Amino acid sequence: MTWEIVIGLEVHAQLSTSSKIFCGAPTAFGAEPNTQADAVSIALPGVLPVLNKGAVERAIKFGLAVGAHIAPRSVFARKNYFYPDLPKGYQISQFDLPVVGQGALTIQVEPLSGDAASAGSAQAYEKVVRITRAHLEEDAGKSLHEDFHGMTGIDLNRAGTPLLEIVSEPDMRSAAEAVAYAKTLHSLVRWIGICDGNMQEGSFRCDVNVSVRRPGEPLGTRREIKNLNSFKFMQQAIDYEAQWQIDTIENGGKIHQATVLFNPDTGETLAMRSKEEAHDYRYFPDPDLLPLDISEEWKEQVRATLPELPQAKQTRYVNELGLSAYDASTLTASREMADFFEAALAKAPGQAKLCANWIQGEISARLNRENKNITDAPIKPIQLAVLIGRIVDGTISNSAAKQIFDHLWTPSVAELIIGDSLEEVTRGIYTLIEAKGLKQVSDSGAIEALVDEIIAANADKVAEYRSGKDKLFGFFVGLAMKASKGKANPAQLNDVLKRKLAG
Amino acid sequence: MLNSSLQQLGSALRARKISSVELTRLYLDRIAALNPVLNAYITTNAEASLAQARDADARLAAGTADALTGIPVAQKDIFCAKGWRTTCGSKMLANFVSPYDAHVIEQFNNVGAVNLGKTNMDEFAMGSSNETSYFGAVKNPYSQDAVPGGSSGGSACAVAARLCAAATGTDTGGSIRQPAALCGISGLKPTYGTVSRYGMIAFASSLDQAGPMARSAEDLALMLNVMTGFDERDSTSLQRAKEDYARDLAKPLDGLRIGLPKEFFAEGLSNDVAQAVNAAIAEYKKLGASIVEISLPNSRLSVPVYYVLAPAEASSNLSRFDGVRYGYRAPEYSDLTDMYEKSRAQGFGAEVKRRIMIGTYVLSHGYYDAYYLQAQKIRRLIAQDFTDAFRQCDVIMGPTSPSTAFKLGEKGDDPVQMYLSDIYTIAVNLAGLPGMSIPCGFGAANNGNPGMPVGLQIIGNYFDEVRMLNVAHQYQLATDWHSRAPQEL
Amino acid sequence: MSITNTDVRKVARLARLAMSETEIETARAQLAGIFDLIAEMQAVDTRNIAPMSHAQDVSQRLREDVVTATNQRELFQSIAPQVEAGLYLVPQVIE
Repeated sequence: MTWEIVIGLEVHAQLSTSSKIFCGAPTAFGAEPNTQADAVSIALPGVLPVLNKGAVERAIKFGLAVGAHIAPRSVFARKNYFYPDLPKGYQISQFDLPVVGQGALTIQVEPLSGDAASAGSAQAYEKVVRITRAHLEEDAGKSLHEDFHGMTGIDLNRAGTPLLEIVSEPDMRSAAEAVAYAKTLHSLVRWIGICDGNMQEGSFRCDVNVSVRRPGEPLGTRREIKNLNSFKFMQQAIDYEAQWQIDTIENGGKIHQATVLFNPDTGETLAMRSKEEAHDYRYFPDPDLLPLDISEEWKEQVRATLPELPQAKQTRYVNELGLSAYDASTLTASREMADFFEAALAKAPGQAKLCANWIQGEISARLNRENKNITDAPIKPIQLAVLIGRIVDGTISNSAAKQIFDHLWTPSVAELIIGDSLEEVTRGIYTLIEAKGLKQVSDSGAIEALVDEIIAANADKVAEYRSGKDKLFGFFVGLAMKASKGKANPAQLNDVLKRKLAG
Repeated sequence: MLNSSLQQLGSALRARKISSVELTRLYLDRIAALNPVLNAYITTNAEASLAQARDADARLAAGTADALTGIPVAQKDIFCAKGWRTTCGSKMLANFVSPYDAHVIEQFNNVGAVNLGKTNMDEFAMGSSNETSYFGAVKNPYSQDAVPGGSSGGSACAVAARLCAAATGTDTGGSIRQPAALCGISGLKPTYGTVSRYGMIAFASSLDQAGPMARSAEDLALMLNVMTGFDERDSTSLQRAKEDYARDLAKPLDGLRIGLPKEFFAEGLSNDVAQAVNAAIAEYKKLGASIVEISLPNSRLSVPVYYVLAPAEASSNLSRFDGVRYGYRAPEYSDLTDMYEKSRAQGFGAEVKRRIMIGTYVLSHGYYDAYYLQAQKIRRLIAQDFTDAFRQCDVIMGPTSPSTAFKLGEKGDDPVQMYLSDIYTIAVNLAGLPGMSIPCGFGAANNGNPGMPVGLQIIGNYFDEVRMLNVAHQYQLATDWHSRAPQEL
Repeated sequence: MSITNTDVRKVARLARLAMSETEIETARAQLAGIFDLIAEMQAVDTRNIAPMSHAQDVSQRLREDVVTATNQRELFQSIAPQVEAGLYLVPQVIE
């Protein structure tokens, strides 16, 4: 009998405001301990919270981006518990009435290597994951466990940093789906500019709820894997956890609700050591904060600032530009990628497919190899556009274009293209083509002469070809290209070869 | 000088008949003499007070003085004042020197008033007798074996005993009005949201409101002019135009409609208090007011509702006192939880712990709906009663407290009896309305004890402080209860 | 409604208040009295009544996203029970 893995995610996205959610202390990462902990952050007696407009705007942006209901009135509540990095003894969060209601996110699932559940279906597919809610809350500080004479050090710089907690429905059925969802969400929050997505700095933290069940049965008891800060760990943690749960049940055991931590060194998940005290958070509306009202007008103002979303772009790329769903999804993996593509396409009208191929091919390969982002690419969109233009107009062949590309990527001083205008870039690339002698031979007389020579020198192969061995055509193309040092216009060469070989 | 009004003191200062330093010294000397008996102040700091007085004198000399420039004001020890020990009447904060100023303190500093010292109070403002203070009970200046009321008992005592020109208080369930009544002074709790709560150590955030305590309505108006005003650091601070609370003091009361809630004159009210209050009502009729009988049917529920909501908020507000960043930390502990539990058990007194326990209980899983939510719903019913009542009258009057000052220790072992002493004041906080208490006579003398002061409570509609002060002032022009002073101690 | 010593112990634990067995017994008796007082509220019909959290029906005012605070660590930590290297120290936290 098979098992079904059921996964839901709670993602804490740190909102990219300059000040904290309830006070004017800065949110910059990496400051000296407690230098960004003002009177409100350290919860001095008598201090009070005032809500940051920038945090609310970012929450609204997110809600609109996932097609969610934006609550016209939402409420902040206190979640009460004692912990040294929680200075007030309660966290201000939202409970009954969150700012963002139900929404959805469409994800492209690519099977992950070593993912048992999806091994059977190697095909990529699309899936809609429902978002239950998203609410605003404040972050806690940090406990530093290095040894201070057997004590723990508390840094409250992070206390009060705005978070948007995004809760999904338990709609995912494999680690691959969970990772695809997390990646899509990660890309979206950066796309709309509400979170820097820096996972190392904790700006995007994932808690994953995992349970297993027999298909068709009610949901099993879940365990929550806390604080995953990389997609790779997420996959490993889910795979391990799901298998552990299956083994436990198959061995006659029971799953108990628990919070677990993933240990990247062992690849295992383990229940937290702290005594599993019955949590009783005693939520109640925070009397220091009034209801948050969001008018239709404000919502529409925020909507107007939203960029075209990845989903909309994908649809447009497929329907209007004729790209494949796969291309469209890759090009919209990040806003920077899509911006690059669209900037190139603007200068190479009608060449969407070529632009897409180059970005996903040569450029992505180079970026991966050099561990760079598209914004760091040495080649500019306009340069790519001009290069593609030269392929299309037959000035250079595809393989010559690749050589030019290499020069554009790591230009010598002499090869640097000065200027960003179409004219300047076009001139620059022409100069490069000339200098490297890569201009394509499109002179029909020259090509005919070349082909005549080859036919004359290979009479036996010509005879074989003419007696029906069509496969030999490639052999002649190769010879001709070699003879032209790769500069013969391939289309023209094909025509001439076909005609002359036919006799 | 000690019996002068704020207006008179201000004139004398501006006319340079007396300097602020002289006036401040006069009070400091008096405090030094009487505080050992009355225990009205927890902290004085002559050096700091006199420095402020010197600054005020410079301002007075430069002719840039405000109404309260140079006037020594006592601050309830619930307001954080930079460089001043701010204890909130608790061992938890016995050594807490505030690194910042409350909005109220800033407002007084801005006008050049002198901070004369921090007054004693029930621990974290939880109490009606001032007996829960870690720094010992305050004595009622009219009788040293009686309580001054609470929680602003130190301020009430200081004003009554002429240990300051005026004082600040805070009122969550009657903590300005009840001690004002018991000490024979005037005190006003403004509409919720009128005075910023920033820097005022929170007890029950949705009910807490600061206000002035003084010897007359006229003085209250001048104090209120300083204390009120929008503060962007308090989300519940209301954005309203600044007003002059003294502007209508002189208005005659012809046509004033006074509502008397029948529930405030029912069983539980002592005879001597009833007599004094009825006499005051009769005086108001003479001043041209008419009487309307009204009903506040849900007001009987205000005590139970309050003892759910206030402890619930308090239990959460007081969680920050954990011995980590400031305040008391137990000297010995075995681990983190032990450190928390011992620091809080040793740092908080019995009444505070009791309320934290009540609050934690009513918010805990399974009880929230039955207690907290139910209390919030009844809170609305109680507020609605007032809305209905104010359709028939302009102000509501009644007793502030069911009895005059009781004996120290008299209600010590029975929290419920203590809680019931706020029965007439609590509903006003639940509704967020302004309320005040002014002296209206004295109760019966017995067993050789003198009659103790009685307070008349005046409740106004939202933002109707100007009218309330007018109503109080006109009474004080016609009577002299407010100018009585306890016999020299 | 009756409150047991177990209830009191649980609440004291949630509120992080150390209590001896004698204190628990005293607290139980006093809380029982207070809850008798509060019980009066239970009989009221509050169907269709909206809970009232705030005295005024006002919505939350918003602060512009601007940094206004400056570093005051030294001042704030001068009143702390135990600090080192700019950190507040607490007994070891075990996760």
